[in-house]
Amino acid sequence: MKDFGYSIRKDRQIDYDKNDKRVLHYLEKHEPSILTCIACGSCTATCSAGNFSDFNIRLVQTLFRRGETEPLKLEIRKCMLCGKCQLVCPRGVNMRNMILAIQTAIDKLK
Amino acid sequence: MMKRGIVIGGGIAGVTAASALAKLGIEVALLEKEPEVGGHLRNWDRLFPSRRKSTEVLQFLTKQINSTISIHTNQKVVSIQEKHGHFVVETEKGLIVEGDSILLATGFELFDASKKEEYGYGIYENVITSVELERMFQDGKGILTQQGTIPKRIGFIHCVGSRDEKVGHLYCSKVCCVTGVKQAIEIKETIPEAEVFGFYMDLRMFDRYFEEMYFEAQQQWGINFIRGRLSECSENPDHSILVKVEDTLTSRPLRMTVDLLVLLVGFIPSAETNQLASMLEIPIGEDGFLEPVDEHTLTNSAQHPGVFLAGALKGPVCISETFADARATAVQMAAYLNPY
Amino acid sequence: MISFNLFVLPFSLGLIYLLYMIARWWYKWISALNPNDKTRFRNGLFSPRFFSAVKEVFLESLIHRKMFKRNALMGYMHMSFALGWFLLIILGNIESRIYSTTHINPPYYPIFLKFFIHDKTVLWFEIYTVPGFFRFIMDLLLLFILSGLALAIVKRSKSRWFGMTRTTHYQLTDKVALTCLWLIFPVRLFAESFTDGYYGGGGGFVTQHLGNLLVLIFQEASQHIAYMLWWTYSLVLGIFFVTLPFSRYWHIPTEILLIFFRHFGIKPQAGHSSFSDVEIGACSRCGVCIDVCQLGVAAHVHDIQAVYFIRSVRDEQVNRDITLRCLVCGRCQQSCPVGIQTDSLRLIERNIFSGSLQSDFGYLPPKTPRQASIVYFAGCMTHLTPGILRAIKGIFLQAGVNYLFLDEQGSVCCGRPMLLSGKHDQAMKLMEANRQLILATQAETLVTSCPICYRMFIEMYDLPMQVVHHSQYILELIKTGKIPLQTHYKKVAYHDPCDLGRGSHVYHAPRELLAKVSDLVHVKNEYEDALCCGGSLGLYTLNPKKRNMVTKNALDILMANQPEIIATACPLCKKTFAKLSDVEVLDIAEMVYPAIPDKTQVTA
Repeated sequence: MKDFGYSIRKDRQIDYDKNDKRVLHYLEKHEPSILTCIACGSCTATCSAGNFSDFNIRLVQTLFRRGETEPLKLEIRKCMLCGKCQLVCPRGVNMRNMILAIQTAIDKLK
Repeated sequence: MMKRGIVIGGGIAGVTAASALAKLGIEVALLEKEPEVGGHLRNWDRLFPSRRKSTEVLQFLTKQINSTISIHTNQKVVSIQEKHGHFVVETEKGLIVEGDSILLATGFELFDASKKEEYGYGIYENVITSVELERMFQDGKGILTQQGTIPKRIGFIHCVGSRDEKVGHLYCSKVCCVTGVKQAIEIKETIPEAEVFGFYMDLRMFDRYFEEMYFEAQQQWGINFIRGRLSECSENPDHSILVKVEDTLTSRPLRMTVDLLVLLVGFIPSAETNQLASMLEIPIGEDGFLEPVDEHTLTNSAQHPGVFLAGALKGPVCISETFADARATAVQMAAYLNPY
Repeated sequence: MISFNLFVLPFSLGLIYLLYMIARWWYKWISALNPNDKTRFRNGLFSPRFFSAVKEVFLESLIHRKMFKRNALMGYMHMSFALGWFLLIILGNIESRIYSTTHINPPYYPIFLKFFIHDKTVLWFEIYTVPGFFRFIMDLLLLFILSGLALAIVKRSKSRWFGMTRTTHYQLTDKVALTCLWLIFPVRLFAESFTDGYYGGGGGFVTQHLGNLLVLIFQEASQHIAYMLWWTYSLVLGIFFVTLPFSRYWHIPTEILLIFFRHFGIKPQAGHSSFSDVEIGACSRCGVCIDVCQLGVAAHVHDIQAVYFIRSVRDEQVNRDITLRCLVCGRCQQSCPVGIQTDSLRLIERNIFSGSLQSDFGYLPPKTPRQASIVYFAGCMTHLTPGILRAIKGIFLQAGVNYLFLDEQGSVCCGRPMLLSGKHDQAMKLMEANRQLILATQAETLVTSCPICYRMFIEMYDLPMQVVHHSQYILELIKTGKIPLQTHYKKVAYHDPCDLGRGSHVYHAPRELLAKVSDLVHVKNEYEDALCCGGSLGLYTLNPKKRNMVTKNALDILMANQPEIIATACPLCKKTFAKLSDVEVLDIAEMVYPAIPDKTQVTA
């Protein structure tokens, strides 16, 4: 490959080809409602944890979709599981089980 | 013997179909539950995308009515009997109309915004619906808050009662996006110094000149669009409204105070339509609207011989589509009554 | 001389094996108690609690009092087997000791007494009371048990008469044990009858007459048949005893230990413990929990009910889906005849199956709220029901309550939703943060609108202040004349929220309050038997469609007497019902607020 002398910074780039999407595959099976998210953000806007922190439960969904497992591990620890997000979600995404299932999937990676 | 058709519903679809049937030489009786024909059109001030006065369309509609159509207003249908392809329709007031075919054009209802309790409609004074905003435009007394002040910042919430599993309506109501953009422009026309924000998930500018109007809203009127669905709002002591959304493009929660919050309410199936459907054993779809014989090829015929469907009882439609659909239904019905 | 015949061996060996198994397991469970519970157990043995436990064993394991309360036929069926057999053993023992010719009385002797002794002289006391007292009473007891057996056979096809629409399926060992159990008493009847008939005496009013008849038919062969039947009797008893520890009947000895545990103050733990093991063993698989489970009745989910869940734990077949698919509404726990705390059993498994989540709430800032004697905590969900907030604020204003709205800018979750995932330790972190916040206000009274928070504050927070749900607080305001009411009397059906009703036993305050502003209609499922709205945070894995089915079913029952309004006392119930209800759904506060006359205007 020809070297153009510059490249995109690794940490800014989502390497979709290389990223591990096992968490996504586990969720597709065990909490298929995650497939229907339209990224409207109402979950994040209402989030109890998001009220006190930078936790963004909508972004969590994007992270596992892209196979960004590392930041995911830290993010889900902020969730209070209070369920407000689920009460406003226009798509019926079951976010409380999603959080638990992400952890279960991460546990299985070991 | 002359065949007779019955049209139930006197909105755009009903009146247009009735007049088309009359032109095709069929004697028509039209039943309307309200005191006047025109339906929801009467509640609208101006129409998208050109923002012409709705009265122009209403005039066109009423001009179509001729003497071969017998119009019965204030008549709500309570029963439909059928014997050998002959229909007998009875109204609440005891009027009995007979005919050889029925055309249902009973339309839609608007979503009751108080069902989205977290949006505060019916609780906070300055949360209104798009219908109430139209009434303000019609009244011509200006756009004011409940406290009588001129709002400095106005928010429009898209998809209220539509695309929402939580209220049982997964479908898109189709016309609210463009209505929201139209009303935003009208606000700016009325109060040029106001800041106007539209909170949306997707903006669906699906028809001719819609996208152009959206372009105009941004370019000419400086209307802001924020991609985020409202989760909840609260009322400040001065009766302004605190809106909570996620600004999904920066991935951060956003709070904004607005003086007036307009909820763009969607279409919902009308309860009365569904009663008529059950009398005629016409299937109701998963979304609550009526199912025609075929979703592509026979959208004007009901799954009941001699019954035809026109307009918004089959799902959200805009005005131009309703005119076209009503005429097509009339042709189908005429062919049924007088086959060659 | 000791009476002996080879046929007593199957019974005797079976009995020895059963007693060994009971001793072994009881020892295992008791010795696995943690040191504190062990002390409790030891102290309990020598305290009045021992006798209260014995009394409960008698009432529940023999009389089956709770079963009777549920359904009389069901209660009678269980009582006839348990109490009947128990009395048969006790009286048989006494009888055998009286008539025995030796001092040695092996366990099989009273069981097969009629085989060994044919001639029973009338005892002196029987001459003055009932001649043939024992012969009479033993036959009566046998009839008592056989009547229960007859009911058990009827129950196979007519379970509805017994108040059950669904029952559990039997496993192989259950079938073997059940067959033996059903055979034991008819075989005994015929063995005794043939013997009594053949020897022309010694039988009671049933066995003697039946025996005489049988001998007329079978003549000399009767002796032979009788001997065969004694063998059969011993065999079915023996097989029953050997299969019992592997069948559903194992619940009998386990339940007894569980009753003692409970009376001695031993409680469920956050994880697996002796207590939970005994509870799992004590499940009789009766299936009462199946009919009360709304997921089964309304949403056609048929594999998660407490009985199946406990079975899967016992068989080590438990999985994530079964564990997390439950409303944790407490209805099965409420109806369980054995009193198994099914909710805590499920949370133990959830801790295992919900992943190794290690929460980090370090972002919660240490806050110093202002001090106030009355503190209002809305709860997360109440922020989504501004109608409730407006009513509460309005009522407080009218009553002149000076209060601090602690979570006006957003709530720290009470921890129950986390607790319901089984994450006890993680929930503790949230609870501690919230507790510190509440303590800092130095409140005397904490009022909350959310029954979920209320239950947590009461059960888990150990707060040095009065904690009330707003229904209780508003009632107090009315009783002390702080708010006048102008009544309207619309027809209202009240829905008991799970965490307020079954969870916290607050049933009367909401009703008393509603009675002041409305015309309460009767609801089929109310108080302890109230249904879950379907919105429960206990349920993790079910699609919205099925959830809606649960809600719709609960709504239909609430609507049976055509109320104009459905009233509840929980923001989550309100939102859940409002989604599908045709009539208005209001919180109690929203019922009271409009009834206050001449209000000063207020901002919501």
